[in-house]
Amino acid sequence: MAGAAAVASVLRKRWPRYTLGAATTACYAAMLLPILFVGWLSFFKNEILSFPPEGYTLRWFKALWLQPQFADGFMTSLEVALLAMLGGLAVGIPASLALVRSEMPLRETLNTLLLSPLVVPGIVIGTSLYFFLIDVEIATEWPLTGSMAGLVFGHVLITIPWTVRLIAANLVGIDRAIEEAAMNLGADRLRTLLKVTLPVIRPGVVAAALFSFVVSFGNLELSLFLVSPGETTLPIAILQYLEWKIDPTIAAVSLIQIAIIAVAMVLTNRFVRLSQVV
Amino acid sequence: MSSVSLQSVTKTYGSHRVVSDFTLEIAQSEFLVLLGPSGCGKTTTLRMIAGFVEPSAGRILFGNRDVTDLPPYHRNTGLVFQGYALFPHLTVSENVAFGLRMRRLDRVEIERRTEEALRLVRLEALAERMPRQLSGGQQQRVALARALVIEPEILLLDEPLSNLDAKLREEVRVEIRQLQRRLGLTTVMVTHDQEEALSVADRLVVMNNGEIQQIGTQRALYNAPSNQFVASFIGRTNFFAGAMAGPQRFRTESGLEIAVAAAEAPERLLAIRPERVRLGNANGAANSFSGTIEFVSYLGANTEYVVRLASGDAVMVEVHNDRAESAEPLIVGSQIRVAWDPDACQLIA
Repeated sequence: MAGAAAVASVLRKRWPRYTLGAATTACYAAMLLPILFVGWLSFFKNEILSFPPEGYTLRWFKALWLQPQFADGFMTSLEVALLAMLGGLAVGIPASLALVRSEMPLRETLNTLLLSPLVVPGIVIGTSLYFFLIDVEIATEWPLTGSMAGLVFGHVLITIPWTVRLIAANLVGIDRAIEEAAMNLGADRLRTLLKVTLPVIRPGVVAAALFSFVVSFGNLELSLFLVSPGETTLPIAILQYLEWKIDPTIAAVSLIQIAIIAVAMVLTNRFVRLSQVV
Repeated sequence: MSSVSLQSVTKTYGSHRVVSDFTLEIAQSEFLVLLGPSGCGKTTTLRMIAGFVEPSAGRILFGNRDVTDLPPYHRNTGLVFQGYALFPHLTVSENVAFGLRMRRLDRVEIERRTEEALRLVRLEALAERMPRQLSGGQQQRVALARALVIEPEILLLDEPLSNLDAKLREEVRVEIRQLQRRLGLTTVMVTHDQEEALSVADRLVVMNNGEIQQIGTQRALYNAPSNQFVASFIGRTNFFAGAMAGPQRFRTESGLEIAVAAAEAPERLLAIRPERVRLGNANGAANSFSGTIEFVSYLGANTEYVVRLASGDAVMVEVHNDRAESAEPLIVGSQIRVAWDPDACQLIA
């Protein structure tokens, strides 16, 4: 009886801590379990994704290399994501500088506009962009629909909210006086930007680049509308495969994709502490 | 180093005049302090000299060179910012070398002058540190070295001591003053701290509401303030409102008749510094009034009293403790006489 009383007393004292611990565990489980399952499933011997495993095999990973649509899709996605990342930075850095540093009118409006791709569903952006490109193509005779340029343009659009948010957040935290100090010491505006402002917001720029890459690499809705006939991105290749078969190949592809993004995150984290900017 | 000339410099934002008609000649190698409460326009004036704020009217000259329309990066001023504004991504020596790099000097020259500047502020040992690894005082010295290494026409200090703790502040203040003397730097410092201003300046400019209230040495400002604002901002003082009632007689609104040294004058305000007022034995004093001690605060070297006179006026009195004339300590409620000489009275318009 004394033992039970002691346990009750400990529980009464520590229940807030236990509750917090349980809630934290539940949240992490909800986030991480699907990823763990994807990894686990990719080694199942089952022909159709199902439980329980009938044994383990590496054949799904080998099967990947025999299916060119995955390798092609991967290369296209990589190319598009890198270009979209560069395009996103090219728009995001000047836009953030303008938002944070200038006192121009309509700043708030511009801010909202730049963030709007986050609010509008991807499928809607994809459709409207497709029609827009057709109109532009008819007016100018530039072959935009189904071109790499059109695809990258669309992807740049969805990276902008991320680049602007991350870089602007970094820029806001920076003492304006250090730019003035540079000018006081003889640096004109361009050299102040290159030698002081950009190096100081490097963490924000790197984080923005990383997020742009990830957002573009995983995008399906826009690519469906904008991709050239005969070309696929990795998410499209996965979707098309799923329409015919549900075997662990999908899990294997996903595992590789997750691994690539994880490696990118870890590498980035070595240069800038992501936790400081995100 | 050059002299600086501000000619009717004015800054307005919309209809708000931040600095009005500011005219001042700063001599070569002079240490000038702009002093005033926050919002008085002193920082705006400094930023106009540095080129960060464009004057709405007036001219600014360094020597004979009109710099009014030059951007900050063509003015060659050395500004020490209030928060130091060191470049966080550069080492101490890279921070100091920055201005020399912008001037595209050759590498050997940059190295030599950077080392020299760091030696000047005694930071050679920390040359490779990052700014965040330095204490506030060290960061301040880096900022100073960075401003001096470019051999500026004029050194500008924007509240340079306000982020340091009290003890360090006094040390750095002396250090800056010695360096300024030794190198013959034309210097303009902005501060709201009157003690700091008095201790370093060759000459002070007291500002309020964007206007110059008085320009002069510490002594001139303290002993002959030109208006009530200056008299109350520099040190502390007792004010009596009233008017001259005859030759060398001032009658306060509360009815006191005070003998003053000045002859008849139109002034309407009488000021008496607390340390010029005596307590107790008032034999033969021209001005002697009785009152009650209302407040006592012991401050080590001095004791401050507030005495309420029969007329209703409160008088601040500051007594040097080794000169206290009364053997028994004066306490709140004691009846006492206060006295002062006619030449202690400052008459202010």
